[in-house]
Amino acid sequence: MMNPPLSHYLLLSALLFSIGFAGAVARRGAILVLIGIELMLNAANLNFIAFWRFGANPQALTGVMFVLFSIAIAAAEVAVGLALVIAIYRQRKTTRLDAMDSLKG
Amino acid sequence: MLNEISFYLLAALTVACAVAAMALRRLVHCALCAAAAFAGLALIYLQLDAEFVGFAQLLVYVGAIAILIVFAVLLTRGEEAAPGGRQSSPSWISGVGIAVLLLAGLLLPILASPSLQHGAPPAPVPSVKRIGEELMTRYVLPLEMVGVLLTAALLGAVVIALREPSDGNLPGNSPAQQRAKTGEAMNL
Repeated sequence: MMNPPLSHYLLLSALLFSIGFAGAVARRGAILVLIGIELMLNAANLNFIAFWRFGANPQALTGVMFVLFSIAIAAAEVAVGLALVIAIYRQRKTTRLDAMDSLKG
Repeated sequence: MLNEISFYLLAALTVACAVAAMALRRLVHCALCAAAAFAGLALIYLQLDAEFVGFAQLLVYVGAIAILIVFAVLLTRGEEAAPGGRQSSPSWISGVGIAVLLLAGLLLPILASPSLQHGAPPAPVPSVKRIGEELMTRYVLPLEMVGVLLTAALLGAVVIALREPSDGNLPGNSPAQQRAKTGEAMNL
């Protein structure tokens, strides 16, 4: 059983992070920005798991614990974020981020 | 060998789904592609011998978050019907340029570092029992805090999303928006 080297996992993680970042800053819809943020969070989780698996002391389970808590935090974040999107949509009839400019002077 | 092939297949699938999730025009397609990317990541966790995290990812991301996103897309539909609406923000070229720079800045150290090229040590086989013991002993305080946080997020999401439409009388509201609000209230 030969695994790919650690750097390949890190490359995949960097790719996913960049894709999520590009989506988060380039798209207009609030929901798509949330999906991009989720992709970035997942890339960080993949880094944690890869470093845990390839690390010197995998018995400590540190990376696994960190990812479990991170998934829980991400669930809370998505729930509140989508509730905010729905509340704004109810008031403004749009989810476009550039339409939400009430605070602009 | 088999492990390597499966990893590269899964990695290609995940990256393709992530790109599709960020680049497609219809929001529903984006949400489904994101769910596929999350599922591919869960399979990569399984391939990395982190079974519990893999199944937790499947349950939480593919099972809950993707469904939540699809529901939000369905609840906020209507703006997609507007013709001629551009999907990307006006400064999307600079955003993508910054993302490419970020990718280059991440790739250069990863490819240059010799200490990242070694293979994996023998599989540690973390049993779910070990994870449960750790959660109940060493990580019991973070576990309780996550419980509090999830409860607060649940209550907050309900409070935010179910706010009465009539109590937010902002000065900038036009009559059309007020009519839309009352129509919404009747629909509820």
